Amino acid sequence: MLQIACPHCGPRDENEFSCGGEAHIARPKQPDAISDAEWADYLFMRTNPKGALAERWCHTVGCRRWFNVERDTVTHTILRVYAMGAPRGGGGGA
Amino acid sequence: MPLGLLKYGFSKRHPAPRALPPRPDLKDSYDVVIVGGGGHGLAAAYYLSKYHGITNIAVIDKGYLAGGNTARNTAIIRSNYLTPEGVRFYDESVRLYQGLSNEFDFNILYSERGHLTLAHTDASLRTMRWRAEVNQHCGVDSELIFPDEIAKLAPSLNLSRDVRHPILGALHHKPGAIARHDAVAWGYAIGAASRGVELHTRTEVTGFGIEGGAVTSVVTDRGTVRCGAVLQAVAGSSSRVAALAGFKLPIRTVPLQACVSQPLKPFLDPIVVSGSLHCYISQSSRGELVMGGSVDPYSLYQQRSTLDFKEGLMANMLELFPFLSGVKLLRQWAGIADMTPDFSPVMGETPIRNYWLDSGWGTWGFKATPVCGKRMAETIAIGKAPDILDPFRLDRFERFDLVGEGGAASVGH
Ligand SMILES: Cc1cc2nc3c(=O)[nH]c(=O)nc-3n(C[C@H](O)[C@H](O)[C@H](O)COP(=O)(O)OP(=O)(O)OC[C@H]3O[C@@H](n4cnc5c(N)ncnc54)[C@H](O)[C@@H]3O)c2cc1C
Ligand SMILES: [Zn+2]
Repeated sequence: MLQIACPHCGPRDENEFSCGGEAHIARPKQPDAISDAEWADYLFMRTNPKGALAERWCHTVGCRRWFNVERDTVTHTILRVYAMGAPRGGGGGA
Repeated sequence: MPLGLLKYGFSKRHPAPRALPPRPDLKDSYDVVIVGGGGHGLAAAYYLSKYHGITNIAVIDKGYLAGGNTARNTAIIRSNYLTPEGVRFYDESVRLYQGLSNEFDFNILYSERGHLTLAHTDASLRTMRWRAEVNQHCGVDSELIFPDEIAKLAPSLNLSRDVRHPILGALHHKPGAIARHDAVAWGYAIGAASRGVELHTRTEVTGFGIEGGAVTSVVTDRGTVRCGAVLQAVAGSSSRVAALAGFKLPIRTVPLQACVSQPLKPFLDPIVVSGSLHCYISQSSRGELVMGGSVDPYSLYQQRSTLDFKEGLMANMLELFPFLSGVKLLRQWAGIADMTPDFSPVMGETPIRNYWLDSGWGTWGFKATPVCGKRMAETIAIGKAPDILDPFRLDRFERFDLVGEGGAASVGH
């Protein structure tokens, strides 16, 4: 089980949180102006990386606030925890 | 009647099993290169070589033969899905499975047990009735039954109403079965190899040569080979391999865990599944209880087993079979499942010509091994996916024509 450092509550066990999937997927600004394929890309297509992945997590049974986590999908270690809305930056490590 | 089986049964000195040929050197060129030597890739090679006269084939796997999800699944075979497209597709697979030991002359230990999907709420009773109607409409044997009948099929199941989630009814699917998963892969591998297909294990595909929008070569860590066509059948590695070829998939790679108990005397005939309790159980021919639940809640390329999985699973399992509290676990493991947004597979054409896709098998692809192998072979031989695969094509996502497979749901078996 992971220990996740909630930016608001500090380190807690994984089962207090829920994973909300890949982060930084921007909703197209003008949905009417893009093609069906572009819209499908936004809705369904995922890079599904083997390595560093940026995700949104929610502290569901704690403060119930959302934040971003960068996690390695091979070693299952947390690389970085950062605020909602902050850019991904940093890359791996950090 | 498979004669080989009969001879084996009557022989005092059991004949040595037929072995697979050793790995040859890679040739310069193949008609078809199959990436992924799991059940799906091997089945496609088998049907191509046996029924379409295409034998200049290399099956390439980065690990040992069929060591991916084919070696890790809980071997449940059924066709009681919810969408007519799904029911039709999986029903063809069940029928192929029923004849597979004969087809191979090799025992896959196919064992028809019946499959019970328990309903603990009015809402799930309604879904079971819906599935039964769709199944019957498609000619598949499924019916809604109630606790008195369930008690006859699974006397050891706790049918007390004095529990947190009493059992109100079940979808009973008589053709539900289990088989020996390794034997399925070996049967296809032996059949393909005996017709000239080359099996290149411990060989990783690291890239593709693409010219004028068509695939022309496959790059591996043992050299590059030219090819007429490629079939990608790599389950949990689908996104990775597709990225090597330059396209994206609607797939996430998520671990699915399972475990088996110490062997017990046979007491459980049917396969028992509870979607609401996220657990399922069957008893193998060795007497072990094979158990699993739902996928892990995030993506991960790791085949580890966790304590929280087993705690969560057993909490519910013990409500169904309280006496299991005294039984020990023997083995635990995980596979990496290629999950799709609509719980249906993705098969057929890709943006690259002569590059065919067999993916999106998530938690449900073992039962599809024969139909997928047969129909993907046909697709490659003819150059076009047959009708039965059409609903599952990749471009359904940009046509917003998904196949929402509620029959797979959280416990996707
Ligand atoms: C715990 C568990 C329980 C399951 N239970 C059931 C069940 O009861 N019923 C059911 O129907 N389904 C079940 N499934 C799903 C089922 O196991 C899979 O969908 C199915 O086995 C997929 O078969 P495959 O041949 O496509 O993939 P795999 O058997 O995973 O084969 C893919 C192969 O591709 C190879 N590969 C990957 N990348 C490369 C590369 N770059 N180069 C070369 N080779 C590569 C891998 O080494 C692997 O051997 C379960 C899965 C799991 C994990
Ligand atoms: Zn918190």
